[in-house]
Amino acid sequence: MVPLALYLVLSAFLFACGVCGFLIKRNIISIFMSIELMLNAVNLTFVAYAAFWQKLSGHIFVFFVMVVAAAEAAVGLAIIIAIFRTRETLNVDRVNLLKL
Amino acid sequence: MLHLILFAIFGGICAGAALNMVVQKHPINSALSLIVVMVSLAMLYMLLGAEFVAAVQIIVYAGAIMVLFVFVIMLLNAGEEEHTKGSRVAMIFGFPSLIIGAGVLVYTLVLKGGNTVSLAIGQFHGRAEDISDLLFKNFLLPFEVTSVLILIAIIGAVLLAQKGGAE
Repeated sequence: MVPLALYLVLSAFLFACGVCGFLIKRNIISIFMSIELMLNAVNLTFVAYAAFWQKLSGHIFVFFVMVVAAAEAAVGLAIIIAIFRTRETLNVDRVNLLKL
Repeated sequence: MLHLILFAIFGGICAGAALNMVVQKHPINSALSLIVVMVSLAMLYMLLGAEFVAAVQIIVYAGAIMVLFVFVIMLLNAGEEEHTKGSRVAMIFGFPSLIIGAGVLVYTLVLKGGNTVSLAIGQFHGRAEDISDLLFKNFLLPFEVTSVLILIAIIGAVLLAQKGGAE
């Protein structure tokens, strides 16, 4: 028997790690991976609450989060490739214009 | 008891790998740590009775998305991160506020989450049958909308990544 709160604390820790990585990382791909970590933390909360309420809707929301994460990864990595082609760098400090 | 032991093992691996992901300098090490996080999260989903979600987590996240990440890291030959000097204000205020924010989050979740409630193995099953029943009846419209979203994302990715396609 595990209290629900433990799962929520783990989820909050993962989310905090994601925020921290998002703030301190300078490589654009690492920043992207931090966002994925935050999405995963939210998924864990959804699944924990689904087990808590005995409702399956939480699992459905996890699917939608996964779909959005997949779409975001595909488009984002394409943008990263386009940026790398024109700027020859992955450092976000050197990417200071929206224009390619 | 078994649930607690398994939670401690996989939760510990998950938290350690997440910390390692933030600490590592090389993006490929971060990506591999993130794969460890996702696989251990799938094990935690299994403990919570979400068998189908655990399978999808491994196939979609640890499989497809992370392969895409590793592929792009290797394609762009991403090296060690260059360390740029951050502002002092961010160092002084950023980390304490992050810790305070995480503390408030944990406090709220523990307080509102019903900390006396325990979850047991086998109490609840997220079978593929029930999930598909819900997904294709109650959530049919969101499902269709997400398929359109995925289609737009595919077209956008192809358009952005092709040579000279961005302008």
